[in-house]
Amino acid sequence: MLEITNLHATVADKPILNGVSLNVPAGEVHAIMGPNGSGKSTLAYVLAGRPGYEVSEGGAAFDGHDLLAMEPHERAAAGLFLGFQYPVEIPGISYLQFLRESLNSQRRARGEAELSAGEFIKLAREQAQLLDMDAEMLKRPVNVGFSGGEKKRAEMVQMGILAPKFAILDETDSGLDIDALRIVGDGINRIMRAPDKGVLLITHYERLLEHVRPDRVHVLQAGRITRSGDIDLARELESTGYAEAAA
Amino acid sequence: MNEAVKNAELRDKIAQDYEWGFVSDVEQEFAPKGLSEDTIRFISAKKNEPEWMLDWRLKAYRAWLEMEEVSWAKLDIPEIDYQNAYYYAAPKAKPKLASLDELDPEIRRTYEKLGIPIEEQKVLAGVEGAAKVAVDAVFDSVSVATTFREELKKAGVIFLSISEAIREQPELVKKYLGSVVPQRDNYFACLNSAVFSDGTFVYVPEGVRCPMELSTYFRINAENTGQFERTLIVADKGSYVSYLEGCTAPMRDENQLHAAVVEIFAHEAAEVKYSTVQNWYPGDKEGRGGIFNFVTKRALCSGDRSKVSWTQVETGSAITWKYPSCILKGDGSVGEFYSVALTNNRQQADTGTKMIHIGANTRSTIVSKGISAGKSNNTYRGLVRVLPRAENVRNFTQCDSLLLGSDCGAHTVPYIEVKNPTATIEHEATTSKISEDQLFYAMSRGLDQEAAVALIVNGFAREVLKQLPMEFAVEAQKLLGISLEGSVG
Repeated sequence: MLEITNLHATVADKPILNGVSLNVPAGEVHAIMGPNGSGKSTLAYVLAGRPGYEVSEGGAAFDGHDLLAMEPHERAAAGLFLGFQYPVEIPGISYLQFLRESLNSQRRARGEAELSAGEFIKLAREQAQLLDMDAEMLKRPVNVGFSGGEKKRAEMVQMGILAPKFAILDETDSGLDIDALRIVGDGINRIMRAPDKGVLLITHYERLLEHVRPDRVHVLQAGRITRSGDIDLARELESTGYAEAAA
Repeated sequence: MNEAVKNAELRDKIAQDYEWGFVSDVEQEFAPKGLSEDTIRFISAKKNEPEWMLDWRLKAYRAWLEMEEVSWAKLDIPEIDYQNAYYYAAPKAKPKLASLDELDPEIRRTYEKLGIPIEEQKVLAGVEGAAKVAVDAVFDSVSVATTFREELKKAGVIFLSISEAIREQPELVKKYLGSVVPQRDNYFACLNSAVFSDGTFVYVPEGVRCPMELSTYFRINAENTGQFERTLIVADKGSYVSYLEGCTAPMRDENQLHAAVVEIFAHEAAEVKYSTVQNWYPGDKEGRGGIFNFVTKRALCSGDRSKVSWTQVETGSAITWKYPSCILKGDGSVGEFYSVALTNNRQQADTGTKMIHIGANTRSTIVSKGISAGKSNNTYRGLVRVLPRAENVRNFTQCDSLLLGSDCGAHTVPYIEVKNPTATIEHEATTSKISEDQLFYAMSRGLDQEAAVALIVNGFAREVLKQLPMEFAVEAQKLLGISLEGSVG
C-alpha cells in the first residue's frame, strides 16, 4: 500500500534521510522507532509533502501512485493522513469548521457528495465521543488553548472524521497519560485496523505498541532503517536502548 | 447591446446636445464632463430639488474651490482631474416599481453576479416567508427599487433615497444634513456635499426598534462616473436600527473617484449598527483602473447612553481613505469600530477610526485587522481623543496586522490624546506573517493552498466578522478568500 524505495531527503541542504526503503502492505501497522534526530519526523513530513523537505533520490508510491508528485492536499484526498507531533493552532477557526471544510474538500476531489452541516456535526460528535472527548471542544478554535494531551486526542478525532486509508502518526503518544494512551491506542485500532488500511506509527516508546500491536517494527537510525522485526524488537529496545540495538 | 457601447453613444449624444443647453432637459442621462456651478444646477434640477437644496450644494461647491486635497495619509494618490469626470449618470427614467420582477433583467443579472444572498433574492422576488431585509438598490446614483416600504411605514421608520427624502421630508433633512459632517469638514466631504448624486435616508422614531435589517447595494455602472453617495441615518430616542451596506464594481479601465459621506445621528439611548462590505474594483495586478475610495463616515452619539457600532470589511478599491468615527458627546455613550482591511497586488489602504470622547463615562472599542498581500500597503490610522471634561473614559484598541509574502507593507499609526487623567486607555498591536506551519497543517487535511490561506485569514479576522449579521458574514468570508486568490505561492 505504501512503498518507500531508497528515499533520500534533505532539509535546508542537510541530508536527513539516507536511503529509506519500507513497504507497508494493506491491513498492516508498522512502527518506526529511533533515537532523536534519526529522521523519523522528516520521513513523516516528506511523505505528507511538507514544503522545504526536498527529496534528492528514491521515491514513494501510495496505492500504486507516485506519492511525491502530489500536492499535500491531493495526498490527503487520496487517503493519506498525518497525525502531527506538534498540532498547529489556527485561531478564529473552530474544529468543526476546519474539519468540515477539510472533509468536504477531500470529498469533492474524490467526486463524492459533500456532507451537509447536519450530517457532519453528527459524524463529528460520534467520533469525539468514541475518543472520550467532550464534543463541545470541537466548537473551540483549532488547538488553541488545548493541553498537549488534548491536542493529540483531537488529532485522533480528526482521523476518525476524515477516515483515511493510511495514517502516519508522528509521536502521537508523546504527552499522553496512561489512560489517554489506552484511549488513543483503542482509537487507532478502531479507526485504522482494517484489511484495506495501513498505519505507519512513529514512536519513541514501546508503551503505545502494547495497545496497538504493530505487525512490524523498524528502527530508523541516521536516516536509514537499521533493523526490522516484530514487537519483540520494540521490547528489546525498551530495555537495551538504541545504541546497543545498532551494534 | 454592450453596456459600454451604449454608454458611449449616450455620451456622444449628450456632448452634441450640450451646446444648446442641458440644464432643464430631463431626458438626458449624463451631466456633461467636468465640474462647475452649471453641473451642480444640472444635478439639482435632475432631481427636482427645492431651492434650499441647490443653495446648500452651491455653498459647498464654493467652499470646495478654496480647499486642498488631503496629503497626510500614507497613500500615493495620482493627481485627479476633477474636470475630466462625470458627476451624474442615471439609468433611464422609469416609473417606480412595486416589486423586483418589474426590475430591468439586466440589473437583476448584475445583482446575481454581485452574489446577493439567496435569501435576499427571495425577498426581492417576493417569496413568502423569506427573511425580511429591505433593499434600497442604488444603481448609478439613482434608487431604482425600494422594497418593504409599507412595513417600515407601519413601524414609522422612514427609509428613502436621499433624493426622495429631500422632497418628502425636507424638515428632517434640513435639520440633520451636514450636522455630523459639516460641508467644510474635508476636501472630499465638501465635494460630496456639492455633487452628491444619491444615497439613503433613514429615520427611526422614538422608541422604535426597526423591524428589519436595512441594506443598500451600491454599484458603479457607467464608465468614468464619479460616485458621490450621501447617507443620513437619524435614530431618535431609544430607537434601534441595523444598516448594511455592500458594494462591488465591474472591471474598469480608468480610475474612478468615489467620495461618499455617511452621517449618523444618535439621540438619547439610541443604538445604530452600521455594517459595510466594500468590494470596489481594486484595479488589475499593476493597480490600473481601480476605484479611489475617499469616504467620510461619522456618527454623533449626541444623547446620553447612545451607541454606534461601525463594522467594515474592506477588500476593494485601488485606494481607500476612510475613517468611520464616533463623537461620543452624550454621557455614557458607546462607540465601536470593528474593521478588516485587506489589500493585495498594488492596493493602498489608509483606514481606521476616530473616537472623540466628550461626555463622561463614554466608552470605545477599536478592533482593527489588517491583511496585506502582494505589493500592497495597509495602514491603520486611529485617533482616541479624551477631552478635559470627559471623566472616566475607557478605550480599548487592538490592532493586528497579517502579512502574506515579503513585498507588502503594514503600518499602524495610533494617535492618543488624553486631556483627562481619569481615562483608561489600552492599546495592543501585533504584526505577524502567515505561518507555514498553519498552511501545511491545513493543506495536510485536504485544503488546497488558496482555501488554506482563506481559512487562516478568516480566522485572523474572526473577531470582526462575527460582528456582522449572519448572511453578510458569509459573504465577507468568501470575499476575503476571493480577494487573496493567487497571493501566495
